[in-house]
Amino acid sequence: MADEKKIPRRPLPNVKEPDTAPFWAGTREGELRYQRCDDCETIVFYPRHHCTNCLGRNLSWHVSKGEGTVYTYSVIRQAYHPFFRSKVPFAVAWIDLDEGPRVLSNLTGIEDPSNGVSIGQRVTVDWEEHEELSIPLFRPL
Amino acid sequence: MATQARAAAIVGIHEYPSRDVEGAVTPLHIKTESALRALEDAGLTIADVDGIYDAGDGGMMSGLAISEYFGIKPNVIDTTMVGGSSYEYHAAHAARDIAAGKCRVALLTYGSTAHSNAFAIGVGGRGGPAAAPWDNMDGFTGMTLVSNYAMVAHRHMYEYGTTSEQLAEISVATRYHAMRNPEAVAGMTALEFMDIRETTIEDVVNSRIIADPLHLLECCMISDGGGAVVIASAEVARDCKKAPVWLLGSGEATGYPENGGDITTSAAAQSGPSAFGEAGVTPSEIDIAMIYDSFSITVLALLEDLGFCKKGEGGAWVEGGRLRFDRPNDGPALNTDGGGLSSNHPGMRGIFLLIEAARQLRGESTSQVDGAKLAVAHGNGGMLGSRHCAGTVILGKD
Repeated sequence: MADEKKIPRRPLPNVKEPDTAPFWAGTREGELRYQRCDDCETIVFYPRHHCTNCLGRNLSWHVSKGEGTVYTYSVIRQAYHPFFRSKVPFAVAWIDLDEGPRVLSNLTGIEDPSNGVSIGQRVTVDWEEHEELSIPLFRPL
Repeated sequence: MATQARAAAIVGIHEYPSRDVEGAVTPLHIKTESALRALEDAGLTIADVDGIYDAGDGGMMSGLAISEYFGIKPNVIDTTMVGGSSYEYHAAHAARDIAAGKCRVALLTYGSTAHSNAFAIGVGGRGGPAAAPWDNMDGFTGMTLVSNYAMVAHRHMYEYGTTSEQLAEISVATRYHAMRNPEAVAGMTALEFMDIRETTIEDVVNSRIIADPLHLLECCMISDGGGAVVIASAEVARDCKKAPVWLLGSGEATGYPENGGDITTSAAAQSGPSAFGEAGVTPSEIDIAMIYDSFSITVLALLEDLGFCKKGEGGAWVEGGRLRFDRPNDGPALNTDGGGLSSNHPGMRGIFLLIEAARQLRGESTSQVDGAKLAVAHGNGGMLGSRHCAGTVILGKD
């Protein structure tokens, strides 16, 4: 156990943060949730307590299929946080989910990130499980 | 031009020369020294200052803190904090406050010991999870500052065919200017840059990649530094030592991720037209473009958004050394002090954009453009590829 403490860990979100708590609760069920305004049908992401189009509070939660397209990405070669330093080179990407939300995540399951990622690439969610939540990473479809 | 409001002008400037204070001075010392020198430059004293503008480097409640530290009791306190663009906002607000008669002499100061503190900016920098909902959705990815901008570059390349060689033009032009600026050369020396010389496109694209597709020489440095700007009413400006540099127009805007949005278009597309419209000038009339160069892609996107060329055409537009100060017939000279890429970047570079624009319009630059009459200073605060603020200021001489 003493050794385990030395292994650098991914920095995790605060599951109690009020606006995003329902999103992170969903990840424990393997659900990639997003919000839609019942009044004006605007897709809201990141999660909030109100609609970003009409400021209304009639938001409902929906579950994404978890599939989407790489909008843009970068392969990080230099990082300072111990966990990410141990991961370089790794890819960070904005992903457009098919339902509309644009999410930021990391790409996994790619042998050589320097050559294996492209804009327009189809990806699907790949959960990284933790004690209180799961992190939605994405891998090529 | 006759209808332009000329109510407020930059009358005093100072750039703190050291890029590495070796822990011997504090940000407050840099602010104070810069204030004194900028007021001397104007022929004014601290007793003349009745408006204070501060981006929080003076600490919590910085408008109060810096007033007490300087020993003044200003009538106007503005602590707008929008990162590197803060000083363009301060200049715009000072012009507005002076035009409204709320104050006559506005003082903007900046001090940072980012290098001495090993504060990660240029090739470093990372976000971490925090309590804010937006950070709570980003922090787990390990997105670095460079990679945030790199994602703009990748999409720009994908949409418009922009190349690394074209982006490198921006690094080459700013280094060309830096080599003519003794303070920039001394700074690069103090910060132990390797091989301090003019660079080529090959040098840039052969430097190591920090975050694809951005190379080391496309990233700003991490330095210490600071400065001050004094802005005064037309009445005060008449009796100042140097020719006034008029604030002709300004614009402000926010940009943030939007579902289905275009990451290659920044908030400058909103702030630019406001500023140019108020000033009654067009980008084609601009002699000096002081554009926030945190990274090469920042400048390329901002030049397009400000209207120097169409969206997507920036790559071809900057080719062939067009941005150099000695190519005045080809459009504006870019960052003639050497910019954040090759002169200094202590974290919030916006004040230096105003300072070098003023130098050019006074005829005091080390890469002087003959007869420069109009300049734009555009600050980008925050992160271009996610949430950022834009501040555009148009400046002109008599």
